[in-house]
Amino acid sequence: MDLTPIWLTLKLACITTLILLAICLPLAWWLSKGRSFFKIIIEAIITMPLVLPPSVLGFYLLLAFSPQHGVGKWLHDAFDLQFVFSFQGLVLASVIYSMPFMMGPIKSALQQLPASLSQASYTLGKSERETFLRVLLPNIKPSLFTAMVLTFAHTLGEFGVVLMIGGNIPNVTRVASIAVYDSVENMDYSAANTYSLILFCITFVLVIGVFIFNKTQAKSPLE
Amino acid sequence: MISINIEKKLKAYSGQQWLKVNREEFADGSITKIYGPSGAGKTTFLKIIAGLITPEKGIIKVDGITWLDTSTKTALSPQKRMVGFVFQNYALFPNMTVREHLEYATKDVGWIDRLLTIGKLETLSTHKPEHLSGGQQQRLAILRALAIKPKLLLMDEPFSALDHEMKRVLIDELKVLFAELGLIVLIVTHNPQELDGLCDGELAIDTER
Repeated sequence: MDLTPIWLTLKLACITTLILLAICLPLAWWLSKGRSFFKIIIEAIITMPLVLPPSVLGFYLLLAFSPQHGVGKWLHDAFDLQFVFSFQGLVLASVIYSMPFMMGPIKSALQQLPASLSQASYTLGKSERETFLRVLLPNIKPSLFTAMVLTFAHTLGEFGVVLMIGGNIPNVTRVASIAVYDSVENMDYSAANTYSLILFCITFVLVIGVFIFNKTQAKSPLE
Repeated sequence: MISINIEKKLKAYSGQQWLKVNREEFADGSITKIYGPSGAGKTTFLKIIAGLITPEKGIIKVDGITWLDTSTKTALSPQKRMVGFVFQNYALFPNMTVREHLEYATKDVGWIDRLLTIGKLETLSTHKPEHLSGGQQQRLAILRALAIKPKLLLMDEPFSALDHEMKRVLIDELKVLFAELGLIVLIVTHNPQELDGLCDGELAIDTER
């Protein structure tokens, strides 16, 4: 039994979660402060993967990062970077595809904090950055945790988008969800069952973890 | 000495209204109560002084320094104005203990200890706001505003959650403290009588159409 797809999936989920955390914290903070037409456009772009078929997103990423032309060619020629059929490509696709799951809970939690918390901190002479790090961030911990777990769990289950940009290369881009599909295609139901069961258990434990962590919040982790 | 001359458009169900405060001057060491009907812009007035809201028109000068002048687009940030502000909803930080609130505002340990004594919160210094009563939360909000040793203290309904006895004791102690610090204090209240004996001036605020 080859467990590489499971390790590859966990590695992809960890990296995606960390990258999205770094991107979404400042972005969610900026988006939570007031509204403008530009911010609405940005939010719509971030939310698109929620409603777009994964294969559509994967197809456009495949085109955009193809080493034969455009951005993909430039990245390949200038930095020797190839996103198509590589693990980096999976990371890029996962970051784009899972972004709404990290962004949503963080932004909504920041918007729900009373404006007077930031204002009180400003009147004490604290900068916006210090206020964010020492007042706002510590008070959205449950939502932060929820966002990280949802992102991680969602990345575990990605299929269409990773198949389109990564293909099915053993030890490189063959993640668990693709391994399940591949096993079924080859009538190897035992392997498909093992991969599926492992994914099911990991995801179930994660969701239970969120509910336990947030029990004092009396909220659904999807809120 | 502070002089204020501001005009701010207010949103109201009954149409457009204006908050106008003209040529009010507040001397050093003065304690002024501010009152007026609900929706008159009392809280907005305090937030304009603190730099949290910008009015359509106006000038605010403190000791000759211009904090705000809309004609020259001068507006000092709240961080530079450093006014003590006691919010109506307290605006306490849920993640910080009583002591951490004061440590966030100042590094002066002696001053922190003194404030805790004045607010009678020494024994509760490791408690977070959710474990404090309404009155204790209100005292903490006042102490946090004083922690930065501001020149100007703005208080939005600061005594509303206190019982009569606690209010009397706290007002007596604050009077001494305000005098010692030479603060200019502006206190918004719905009940001007509760501040009798504490304030030496008053300002009635109402909107204009």
